[in-house]
Amino acid sequence: MKNKYDVLIIGGGPAGALAGKTAAEKGLSALIVEKRPAIGAPVRCAEGIGREALLEFIDADPRWISAEMHGAGIIAPDGFFMKLESDMAGSKVGYVLDRKFFDRELVWKAAEAGADVAVKSRAAAPIMENGVLKGAKIEYCGTVTDVRADVVIAADGVESKFSKWCGIDTTVPVREIMSSVQYVMADIDIDQHSTIFYLGNDVAPEGYLWIFPKGHRTANVGIGISGKKSGEGHRAKDYLDKFVKKTFPNGKTIEYIPGGVSVCRPLDCTVADNLLITGDAARVVDPLTGGGIYNAMYTGKLAAEVAADCISKSDTSKKALMIYDKTWRASKMGKAIERNYNIKEYLIKQPDEKLNEIIHSVSKMNLKEFSTLSLIKEIIKVNPKLMLELGALAASIR
Amino acid sequence: MVICIVTINEGKNQHNHSMLKVHRDICGYCGCCVSVCPEGALELIDAYLSVEPNCTSCGICAKVCPLGALEVVNEK
Repeated sequence: MKNKYDVLIIGGGPAGALAGKTAAEKGLSALIVEKRPAIGAPVRCAEGIGREALLEFIDADPRWISAEMHGAGIIAPDGFFMKLESDMAGSKVGYVLDRKFFDRELVWKAAEAGADVAVKSRAAAPIMENGVLKGAKIEYCGTVTDVRADVVIAADGVESKFSKWCGIDTTVPVREIMSSVQYVMADIDIDQHSTIFYLGNDVAPEGYLWIFPKGHRTANVGIGISGKKSGEGHRAKDYLDKFVKKTFPNGKTIEYIPGGVSVCRPLDCTVADNLLITGDAARVVDPLTGGGIYNAMYTGKLAAEVAADCISKSDTSKKALMIYDKTWRASKMGKAIERNYNIKEYLIKQPDEKLNEIIHSVSKMNLKEFSTLSLIKEIIKVNPKLMLELGALAASIR
Repeated sequence: MVICIVTINEGKNQHNHSMLKVHRDICGYCGCCVSVCPEGALELIDAYLSVEPNCTSCGICAKVCPLGALEVVNEK
């Protein structure tokens, strides 16, 4: 670890790894600091990602893919099962990753490209000079080192503190944090090539419960509920335990994973002087699905590209870095976040009876493109009156 | 800016004599609470949740905790 880098990256998850790799490939000196003693652990993720989304960044590798998904199912509050299949039967539509190995692979690629990596190294405070960010104080095994950088990329996840220290309000509203718990379960009866989503106020209020297969008779079984609905005796863990007891009474839990997922709108602004904010720290999780891996990789890569460009022009002011914020908001990802936020806001207000009605309208769906957007389009097709209820939102779905 | 490197176990609020208690046997060190804290008083340092003196014992973190590891305790 040196005392000066072009780019300092806080966090060694998918956002930080892609930022480090991209910065190094652009010829910049870059350091990734990870506060945990290991990259990839502990996992705080359901580990699902769409096939196309993954392949945009990296070729699929069996070393970090737990299972291939061929379809999905949605279970209505009344138990009705809606099956979703790809137009081309049996084709891969997505993956459930093994994040412990996936994250390591991404950081390894950053290191291979030339980025420095430091684990058990925590950004304890920003270095501010005349109100301007100049780097961070990095704590490692009781010693604190000043690491200066032209640009700092905050990729410090849902529990992000760095941007807050720089004066940016990152607080997630209570109703928009998904209070979550997941068990990795073994010896359970599942369809190992299909992700399952359970909806309903009794199962997962303002959220959903998931089964994401990890292979033969094993899966991530988890739940996210709105923070607003959480409280003593009715927490995410209470709901999950109730479900597991009923559905997998003989299953064995081999990993216990609590977590928080933001489903709010992204930060109002994801840049400041010498600072770019990425991934979960920027609150760019998909508010409808809670998926964040792709969005983290996309913003991490883009942040480093913008940093490289601005450093080459010797201007890393907020104004110069602003192109990062503008670009991701105008991107397919940015538009999907805005659209899915509005769909989420609509769905959480619907009573179970309405969800039943929507899901009952079709028992089996073949999707040309396996995405939430095409699913919603198909649902609207068979429920034309939804178009009226969605009002202005409908225009963004066409 | 002062950052507490040596962290304390509980956040004690000077104003209303309540404090945030972290049940360390229940806490899963996931950081869900950190994201909702309006004061920025919580920080997840690997497998350690620090509560800084600016905690107001508002209880938002205790509400959202997926495991029930946080509790606002009123002192007599």
